[in-house]
Amino acid sequence: MSSRSLSWGRKDLICIEDLDRSEVETIFEVAKSFKQTMERSVKKLPSLRGRTVVNLFMEPSTRTRIAFEIAAKRLSADVISMVGQASSLTKGETLKDTARNIEALRADLIILRHPASGAPRYLMDLVGIPVINAGDGAHAHPTQALLDAYTLVERFGSLKGKRITILGDILFSRVARSNIWCLTKLGAEVTVAGPATLVPPEFGRMGVSVSHNLKEALTDADAVMLLRIQHERQTSTHFPSLGEYTSMFGLNKERASWLKQDAIIMHPGPINRGVEIDSELADSPRSVILDQVTNGIAIRMAVLYLCASANNKSESDLLA
Amino acid sequence: MSEYLWISGGRIIDPANGRDELGDVFAKDGVLVPDLSEKERALAEVIDATGYVVAPGLVDIHVHLREPGQGHKETIRTGTRAGAAGGFTTLVCMPNTSPVCDNAGTIQLIRDKAQRDALTRLYPTGCLTIGMAGEQLAPIGSLHQAGIVAVTDDGKCVQSNELMRRAVEYSKMFGLPIMDHCQDASMTQGSVMHEGEWSIRLGLRGWPKAAEDIIVSRNVILAEETGAHIHMQHISSASSVEIIRRAKARGVSVSGEASPHHIDLTDACLRNYDANFKMNPPLRTALDVEALIEGLCDGTLDCIATDHAPHSPTEKDVEFDYAPFGIIGLETALAVTLKVLYHSGKMDLSKVVSLMTHKGAELCKLPAGTLTAGAAADIVIFDPDAEWTVDVDAFQSKARNCPWHGETLRGRIRSTILAGRRVFDGVNILEV
Repeated sequence: MSSRSLSWGRKDLICIEDLDRSEVETIFEVAKSFKQTMERSVKKLPSLRGRTVVNLFMEPSTRTRIAFEIAAKRLSADVISMVGQASSLTKGETLKDTARNIEALRADLIILRHPASGAPRYLMDLVGIPVINAGDGAHAHPTQALLDAYTLVERFGSLKGKRITILGDILFSRVARSNIWCLTKLGAEVTVAGPATLVPPEFGRMGVSVSHNLKEALTDADAVMLLRIQHERQTSTHFPSLGEYTSMFGLNKERASWLKQDAIIMHPGPINRGVEIDSELADSPRSVILDQVTNGIAIRMAVLYLCASANNKSESDLLA
Repeated sequence: MSEYLWISGGRIIDPANGRDELGDVFAKDGVLVPDLSEKERALAEVIDATGYVVAPGLVDIHVHLREPGQGHKETIRTGTRAGAAGGFTTLVCMPNTSPVCDNAGTIQLIRDKAQRDALTRLYPTGCLTIGMAGEQLAPIGSLHQAGIVAVTDDGKCVQSNELMRRAVEYSKMFGLPIMDHCQDASMTQGSVMHEGEWSIRLGLRGWPKAAEDIIVSRNVILAEETGAHIHMQHISSASSVEIIRRAKARGVSVSGEASPHHIDLTDACLRNYDANFKMNPPLRTALDVEALIEGLCDGTLDCIATDHAPHSPTEKDVEFDYAPFGIIGLETALAVTLKVLYHSGKMDLSKVVSLMTHKGAELCKLPAGTLTAGAAADIVIFDPDAEWTVDVDAFQSKARNCPWHGETLRGRIRSTILAGRRVFDGVNILEV
């Protein structure tokens, strides 16, 4: 990567709200060049050689953790993964102490997945090394939103005026929140849709339309982003059953026909086939679900690279 | 030999007696007297209160002093010193100690401890149900004999309407007010902040106003049915204010209190996930704040109470979801209340003083909150305009969980006097 002037000066990535549009575009630009290297047979770059990245995952995750791990390894970083119960947090150690220990071990960057909203911001103030948010409670999942937006930009070029509908469990979704901030920043017109108990009207204050009418929400949309129903976060009162959800809000072929002709279907995964999405649709040419996964590596490489570089500016100055 | 006190030249504000005038206040042997003789004046300790307000010692009917059982958060010694530093001379402590105050022994322990350690008057409350578990009535009669001034399961609202009804009927026999923490638990499972725009933005579990409104409504109905008095603690919702207003207009015997934080801060303060803004009930919107202030102005809400809720710094220094609810309030209460109600021009000083003195005392039938001759010489002297910057490290409280740290406020305590003796001189606690 040439060190041309990039609009980036932050060592932490906590949430999309913090970023301005040029920062989002910088991430995309860097991700694009990393994506090209992924097509080579030798995919590894030396950018983070000698650096240690700690994946601190306090909540179950497969996709995001592996994507971060692969991204860090492709940049030649040494990666340690600490997963939930394996850490000393179950022995009564606080996140604060765990993080300080990781720093004392001279790790260079922490990637945090945590069930409590706000945990990465709290951690950011406790340690000097970069903190990347890999999902906190229902608050934010910035790299997911970035890879989703990147996938959309790849398809449509500009997102200005594009109609994008996020459908499903919006209330408990950090993916929805981060996408709302990211997509509106890039000029898209966003609608959030789903059952009224999971899509409260206050989302309108974030600059999106709120709809409980599926036909209205899907008609002429350029893209639909489906979200999994997060049973683990809900109380039993939010909707009657998965079966009813599927019949009222699941995306099937008829409902998909309301979308624009060239519209794409997205999903952050893990998908529940036959619940929020008809199995055939998930595998149809309109689905970009696996492109999202691939782009997730490039986006996370870009974020790791940018945040690590921002943190080591003074060090490289010293060496120069 | 007798002890004499002569507070000269202050602006005496004694709302219970309709006084707001320049003058002197005298005390003899810890009791207020109309005057002192020439001879007695010569022997008296003189405090020059020129330019200051001289008012009854402040009264707070809602504090948590954590003793017995949670001395790492606060003790009767430190909590009452925090009170004295905040101008308070009378505190009513909540029963959610460890063990909880559902037995006469624990009440006696608190009273003994208070006798030894307290620097304010301290009145205990008793639990409404055994173990505060909401299932079986506590021995309210025995608790009454042991000296409680009110019955409450504060922090854990009684969910069973049947049990609440019986508690109200039963307590009425003893003339004990019921104080209820109004929260429908089924609507607040896992909730950590007000449900609204900010809970949506922050991805934190929302706590609807309706959870408070429903219990306030229930209590209005039960008070009306039984003729007993129910006091609603720390009202936070605009609709609850309106429910109480209408009930009072019909002559129902209910009352309500507001906390300084609920009239000064909103849910937007949580934007950085600072656990020092996490409390129960939660901070709500600017509209709710406005309604609470209006309720205090028109008498719908009867008094200011801090809900002083100390926690140790390590307990609060965790992820927002995991931090305990509550903030401390005794050492900032007057200045914050003055900021919101007096310096804003919404209320005169006399009204503010009444909300922080005799109004709360009357609800719990306490002999406090006035400068009536013959009453205990519990007095606060304060400068309503003096600026100071809140520094938690200078607090008397053991705890540091204060959302106003670093804020510059107006309104400084110059002296706190308990039974005719100065216990706080504006800077230091004066041990008796």
